[in-house]
Amino acid sequence: MTTDTMPQTDAPLPPDGTRSLHELEGNARRRKRRSRVLTMVLLGAMIGGVTPLVIILWQIIANSGAAFGWEFLSQVEPLSYRETGGGYLHGMWGTVYTTGMAAIMTVPMGIAAAIYLTEYGGGRFAFFVRFFTDVMTGVPSIFVGLAVYAILVTQLRFGTFTGAVALSIIMLPIVVRTAEEMLYLVPPDLRNASLALGARRWQTTLKVVLPAAGPGVITGVMLAVARAAGETAPLVLTALGARTVVTAIQGGNGQADIGLLMTDGLRQPFAPGIERAWAGGLTLIMIVLALTIVARLINQRSQI
Amino acid sequence: MSTQTPLEPSGPTSLRASGRGRWGDPVFRWAVLGAASSVLIILGVMMFRTTIDSMPIFREFGFFGFLAGDTWSTGQSRSEVTGEYGAWPFIYGTVKLSVIAVAIAVPLAIGISLFTNEVAPKWLRKPLSYAIDTLAMIPSIVIAVVAIFFFIPYVTDPIARFLVSTPLGELPFFAGPAQRQSYFSAGLMVSIMILPIVTAVTRETFANTPEDERNAAYAMGATRWEVMRHVIVPRGFPGMVGGTMLGVGRALGETMVVAFTVGSSQRMGASIFFGGDAITAVIFNTFATSSPEAIWGLLALGVTLFLMTTFVNILARLIVMRSGRVVGDAAV
Repeated sequence: MTTDTMPQTDAPLPPDGTRSLHELEGNARRRKRRSRVLTMVLLGAMIGGVTPLVIILWQIIANSGAAFGWEFLSQVEPLSYRETGGGYLHGMWGTVYTTGMAAIMTVPMGIAAAIYLTEYGGGRFAFFVRFFTDVMTGVPSIFVGLAVYAILVTQLRFGTFTGAVALSIIMLPIVVRTAEEMLYLVPPDLRNASLALGARRWQTTLKVVLPAAGPGVITGVMLAVARAAGETAPLVLTALGARTVVTAIQGGNGQADIGLLMTDGLRQPFAPGIERAWAGGLTLIMIVLALTIVARLINQRSQI
Repeated sequence: MSTQTPLEPSGPTSLRASGRGRWGDPVFRWAVLGAASSVLIILGVMMFRTTIDSMPIFREFGFFGFLAGDTWSTGQSRSEVTGEYGAWPFIYGTVKLSVIAVAIAVPLAIGISLFTNEVAPKWLRKPLSYAIDTLAMIPSIVIAVVAIFFFIPYVTDPIARFLVSTPLGELPFFAGPAQRQSYFSAGLMVSIMILPIVTAVTRETFANTPEDERNAAYAMGATRWEVMRHVIVPRGFPGMVGGTMLGVGRALGETMVVAFTVGSSQRMGASIFFGGDAITAVIFNTFATSSPEAIWGLLALGVTLFLMTTFVNILARLIVMRSGRVVGDAAV
């Protein structure tokens, strides 16, 4: 199984060098067995890849029962991690608020950039933009947090807006990439038909191409939002955290987030805080997976 | 260009040109051009500002002196550098756990890609790809929670104890005693997180193998494994390399899971079962309690991390670009 040998014929060929078609090649059985064994190895790899997902979902569901409930969704965490009860209302509010603000900032810009890349992007500049968009998807989120800290937080202090800027920088390349892919799929006939009817380039793009690619673009946006909602690392450097519901756009005293509350709860050795962290994990996973699933359903209904 | 018609336009007016619309196109073009430039501008500004802000550290120790320094002892000053800042323990840890993660994730990803593309029945292929892509969407803080309470006590710790007790434990690389929070624990958890992107890239390049080549190999009497080994894998090799590099880039920058599993020790032990530290972990764990000068140090670490990941990512994208762009949720 491990040695890779040249195929050797075990049975000697007849003297005239011919072999009946009914006769199997000497090592055919061995090759077949080898193929079957390695197929099993591949199946093992597949199982190995799916198992962590199953374990994560199972653990989250199994362990979040203690704290999850209506109280968890509707109340703020008690001041002590030793106290049971209370919940992550401020965290959920903060996550939705920050991510929503980030989406409002990113989506128009990302789609506009994607339009440039598909409609005007043949030259060297477009190549650079496309390339660095790809590179930007790999920029560590903690570095984005550090950069936003250095640029904005030192001036404005911590808050929702600074957190949203960090999330928006993380979302931007995802929106650009997915929107570009979708716009690219719009058949050129549609563009040509619109231009032939006398529409201008911007009219064609905004009123024909964009609506045609609409479902796909929305899918990309939702995936980007899901990704941003699950981010925690940049928020510790830009939103810091809060113990109450913060409605200010940039209060200067921080904004809560589910991930940040989970981090704080996990760092304390007290069971109630850890139970709330598990329940927070369930909430976060439900938000993210709901967005992902809806995004995929929209994409399936896409016409192109 | 615009036609002047005295008649009332019939039908929908939204697609009709007008004299006023003459400026529409250039304005539109410049607007979208500006949006596209924003990507480059944001990247540039982030790089510039973090480098400027960490200048005191680089000036004090020199760029390479900072990278090679093996002591990290922060001072309390607000205006000058009084502590000692060396990035080497963190670079060492980051690279080490990334290598562990890649060593686990890449073979698994190649196996998964071959299985979904070649072995699995057609109806099962999409759900299987979705399952792996879903893994990419799980927030890393959630994976960190499960790592602390399930993977470390029930998966990595038993494996580490077992390996230390075998003859392999004599090697410095696998030396005991096995610690719970270690390079190995962090590497294994990060391998789960980079699996989707490596799989997405390899799956895509394997799927791009020309159908004729596969069929020709089958027609010559090759078994399924021989087709995979001699036709599909060689064809997809650039994709495998590119996907691996992208995985490395992600592993270098992974924060939450590493911060909770790597152990926060700057001992730099040779064994993978010793606790260590990583660039992302030290930034995340110590930021909230840092003095201003320590924050310069963290910014300098951030610049180092950015340079490392960007170098790896540029290389990866150049390789992947040659075999076409990759689509899918996990690829972004």
